[in-house]
Amino acid sequence: MLTFTLRRLLLAIPTLLFISLIIFLLVDLAPGSPMSEIPLTVPPEVRQKMIEALGADQPVFVRYILWLRQFFWVEPATLMDGWFGSHLAGDEQRILSWQSRSPVFTVIGQRIPQTLTVIGTAYLVGIMIAMPIGIYSAYRQYSAFDQLGTLVAMIGFSVPTFFTGTLFIIIFAVWLGWFPTKYDTTLEVTDWASFILQLKQMAMPVMVLGLANAAAISRYMRSSMLENMGQDYVRTARAKGMTERVVVLKHVLRNSLIPVVTVIALGIPSIFGGAIITENLFGVNGIGAALIGAIHANDLPMVQTLAFIFAVLIVLFNLIADVLYGLLDPRIRYE
Amino acid sequence: MKLKSALLGAACAFAMAPAAFAERGTDGEVKLTFPQAVSIMNPYLSSGTKDIYASSMVIEPLAGYDDAGTLIPKLVSEIPSFENGGISEDLTTITWKLLPGLMWADGSALTAADVVFTGQYCMDPAGGCAQLSKFDGIASIEAVDDLSVKITFTAPKPNPFNAFVGSTSPILQKAQFEACLGAAAPTCTDQNSMPIGTGPFKVTAFTVNDTVSMEANANYRDPAKPAFASAVIKGGGDAEGSARAVMETGEFDYAWNTQIPPDSQAAMAAAGKGQFVVAFGTLVERLEMNMTDPSADLPEGERSTAKHPHPFLTDINVRTALSMAIDRQILTEVGYGAGGAPTCNVVPAPAMYASDNTACLTQDIEGAKALLESSGWVDSDGDGIREKDGKKLSILYQSTVNPIRQDFQALIKDWWSEIGVETELKAIDPSVFFGGDAGSPDTFQKFYADVEMYANNFDGTDPEAYLTQYKCDKAPSPENQWQGENMNRFCDPAYDAMVSELSGTRDAAKRAELAKKLNDMVTKDSRIVVPLVHRGTLSAHSNALGGVKINAWDTELWNVADWFRVK
Amino acid sequence: MSKQSTAIPKAQSQFGAVWRQFRVHRGAVFGLVVLGILAGFVIFGPLFWPEVKLKVAEALKVKNQGPSMRFPLGTDQLGRDMMVRMMAAGKVSLAVGFVAMIIAIFVGTSIGVLAGYFKRLDGPLMRLTDLFLSLPLIPLLLVMVMLFRDKVASIMGPELGAFLLIVFAIGITSWMQAARIVRGEVLALKEREYVLAARSIGAPARRVILRHILPNVVSPVMVAATLGVAEAIITESVLSFLGLGFPPDFPTWGRLLFDGLQYLQLYPERVIWPGLAISLTVLSVNYIGDGLRDALDPRTRGR
Repeated sequence: MLTFTLRRLLLAIPTLLFISLIIFLLVDLAPGSPMSEIPLTVPPEVRQKMIEALGADQPVFVRYILWLRQFFWVEPATLMDGWFGSHLAGDEQRILSWQSRSPVFTVIGQRIPQTLTVIGTAYLVGIMIAMPIGIYSAYRQYSAFDQLGTLVAMIGFSVPTFFTGTLFIIIFAVWLGWFPTKYDTTLEVTDWASFILQLKQMAMPVMVLGLANAAAISRYMRSSMLENMGQDYVRTARAKGMTERVVVLKHVLRNSLIPVVTVIALGIPSIFGGAIITENLFGVNGIGAALIGAIHANDLPMVQTLAFIFAVLIVLFNLIADVLYGLLDPRIRYE
Repeated sequence: MKLKSALLGAACAFAMAPAAFAERGTDGEVKLTFPQAVSIMNPYLSSGTKDIYASSMVIEPLAGYDDAGTLIPKLVSEIPSFENGGISEDLTTITWKLLPGLMWADGSALTAADVVFTGQYCMDPAGGCAQLSKFDGIASIEAVDDLSVKITFTAPKPNPFNAFVGSTSPILQKAQFEACLGAAAPTCTDQNSMPIGTGPFKVTAFTVNDTVSMEANANYRDPAKPAFASAVIKGGGDAEGSARAVMETGEFDYAWNTQIPPDSQAAMAAAGKGQFVVAFGTLVERLEMNMTDPSADLPEGERSTAKHPHPFLTDINVRTALSMAIDRQILTEVGYGAGGAPTCNVVPAPAMYASDNTACLTQDIEGAKALLESSGWVDSDGDGIREKDGKKLSILYQSTVNPIRQDFQALIKDWWSEIGVETELKAIDPSVFFGGDAGSPDTFQKFYADVEMYANNFDGTDPEAYLTQYKCDKAPSPENQWQGENMNRFCDPAYDAMVSELSGTRDAAKRAELAKKLNDMVTKDSRIVVPLVHRGTLSAHSNALGGVKINAWDTELWNVADWFRVK
Repeated sequence: MSKQSTAIPKAQSQFGAVWRQFRVHRGAVFGLVVLGILAGFVIFGPLFWPEVKLKVAEALKVKNQGPSMRFPLGTDQLGRDMMVRMMAAGKVSLAVGFVAMIIAIFVGTSIGVLAGYFKRLDGPLMRLTDLFLSLPLIPLLLVMVMLFRDKVASIMGPELGAFLLIVFAIGITSWMQAARIVRGEVLALKEREYVLAARSIGAPARRVILRHILPNVVSPVMVAATLGVAEAIITESVLSFLGLGFPPDFPTWGRLLFDGLQYLQLYPERVIWPGLAISLTVLSVNYIGDGLRDALDPRTRGR
């Protein structure tokens, strides 16, 4: 298992380089230019000059190599300098956003806390709701509980977050006045009162995302459990006189976790990727909102960097999922 | 009942206005929300409206425009004119006199050197300054003494109020930006996000594309202002969310750009927490007619170029009929409500430049049919679509993705089908449509369609540069990488000559007359441009916020120093 | 040759057994009926409820109306009959949802099975999956549309061209989840005794996969398929929203839902109809999937 992990990690390097090139070419090829948000009152000659000042008129490979260098050398060096007070980076140019002219990593740094607290909580809430529902629904298949669970999950999945989000705003903010509609990112949690405020402003985005996540995961959980409930080893276990609790939670659950683990592990990078629509709707300044804003403004350095970090996480969590398979099912061998 | 009390509240606000702001920083915090978040606080590097508005609370130009479009002094003692000797008789220089004793937020003195530096900063060829066109034709900017700045132009300049006028070209502090000239401009992150200014507020914290936190500037020139101790601008979401946060939940005091359907406007106003305010500038939603053939059968590089004239839109009768079939009143009611007015002009304002061209305001379907009939466009094969010489009146009509524009497209398609014109609709992502990427077929410059719809306006109050856009040589083509503003590929030597005449004319009345003529040439005389709706900017403010005077000629926050809390 | 002739009758009886089992599944029958009604509504509805073309001025007089005898589902902000629009929209949405789901499931299952079963293919195919998972969706779609729209439209005509492009774009960007899950299952199944037994008697890989592996990954695939339909319908609305989908006067359920959103407070029925239609579709597909899974599983079939 260790050699497998190491080999996969080594293999990940060329894979990721290739992915970064593809992303770069893709984003570059996409129609649109960094000038799309500039008002029409700015004449074409000035636009051309602005593009030149951004370096956006350079050939694509020159820009790609520059980005690679900035990403793998300048940015880590700057980080080191920040920690140890060294001068590795010197005066080298960091990756600058075309839209805001601030270093991309500063923006990411500003946004990670909100992303993790809001989107991460929503994900955890989703899993915590989904697992018991999925397990119990499968155990009591076609019971009233299962039917209700199915209905709620399907509605949760078939109505998009832009709809649930708006609906929640109207119910909980406009009619009931319980929660604020705009997330205040300047709020610092220092005491009980500010903690309550934080909970209040997190409530709606977490509910919206948690519902969507729970819907999908509970479906996979249920179906996987059902698959295993009919297996011979379950009958054997019951025949041996084991309690239902042990049969369901130890034997069936463990074997049912494989597809669920894939779904959950694959979903974790999407926490970082954020929830574009929800973040936008509630004004949570997470990574997702940054990505969509950058895409609309054709802010290539920002899109490229975010997409690449996203790719790294995907590759990493796929590896983790693979390792977990081996742990959950000893029969799976990678070598 | 609710509405009544709201009106009463508003009335009180006005009555109390003079007495309310007696002291600086006594009214707590004012909270603003923008549907697009602020990216940068330096308008020279961005020019997105959101960024310009936000920065206008912090950094100021020498002069600005008030809500009537009149120039008002900000950092200067008076507006230069011939009478006071500020503008030279030959129109080649303008001299600004700074107010004595002005201080930056950090306590240092504002001098002419800062103004000179700002000019140098924007005119640096490597800086990529977004406001460069404001500095067009400037030969030199020099400090005559500590408080006077003289700008010399290369040629006589009838309208010298471009550089340092309006929120798009504020004064930067030399001491702060000295290291940020030219290629270094974008790397000065701290300076660009927290510029030191002379405005009523100063930045205390800035999160990119999210929140700007500000506090009252202790060195602001009026010791009694601003009434608010701090200000916050939260960005993101959409127009609807912003409007709701002010009008329904009352979380925010002011929301910029709350363009929502007229029905929703009425419903939100009924909640009684705030009110919508609208200001009409020069923004006009229009149809542009393509004078060249966009057919996909033509080789790339010849589509929509002067080489191939359009098969039927070159016929003025067709263009006129298309315009006559449209009911602009209905469009306005459906799309904008109080936030729009029907118009026939490309230059709808200021009043002195607006032509009295109103003939298009009445829809005339029968007249349009008769006109097509008499000019030989008849439906000979009975399919409901008119044709002539084998050419069918079949139009590809493109616009950007936007619910109001899609409603307009649907309505106009219906009207055109009534007069026997077939329409295919297309909606394009605005970042592609306005992006100007020469590699994309969907930009508004390439215009691979017969008709396109978007809105355009001009900066400030003088339409000269705007009218120049319809000159022959401004047509986008493969030769200029599709950069150009004459989307229609309209070309009339008489028009070009009149534009040159305008740029050489100094007398205001004569300029207005020429501008009106030019406006008529592209609209009612030729129907090259078919204006639809004169759009205002719709914003919302809470009833608890007083002193708001919306302004379409400069930043909406132009008088933020006068805002106060209604108690 | 002879092999095939023996296989056919066997398959038929299997189909019969599956159908018998499927019929006793109440949820599945309910799903089939609801889906049938929806399909009938969008396909045959326009025959019984033809569009009455009003002039603009007349139409605007009846805008934003609630349900009535004249307009059973009300009218929209331009006075268009919502009933007519729902039917036209449903035709597109159902077609897009199912075709895109089938593409995604086919690609996803194939890649998942191949990667899970053949060790040599595992690395490359899974890295391909990683690549697709990490590509930012919107630029990818923008590029695809920019490169292919005009070409496809010139061959197929604008509407069919748009349909093919959308279905393909959705399919090609949503198979990865299914591939990962199927691969995970196959990795485990491959080591099961019955698969080892089949392999040890020299069964070719194709046969092992089709007869022993595939029937056992049906259940996660069914879930992915159910969710896929909903996702495809919603993704289509996002595409339209970006101007990459159908022409703007071409309604789809996703777009009606999106357009109705800004009228949520004033005219809630405008979002209820398309929302209900999408939910019912997904729900019925889900029940049909449940029924199919039970019916296909020989162990439950015996019960």
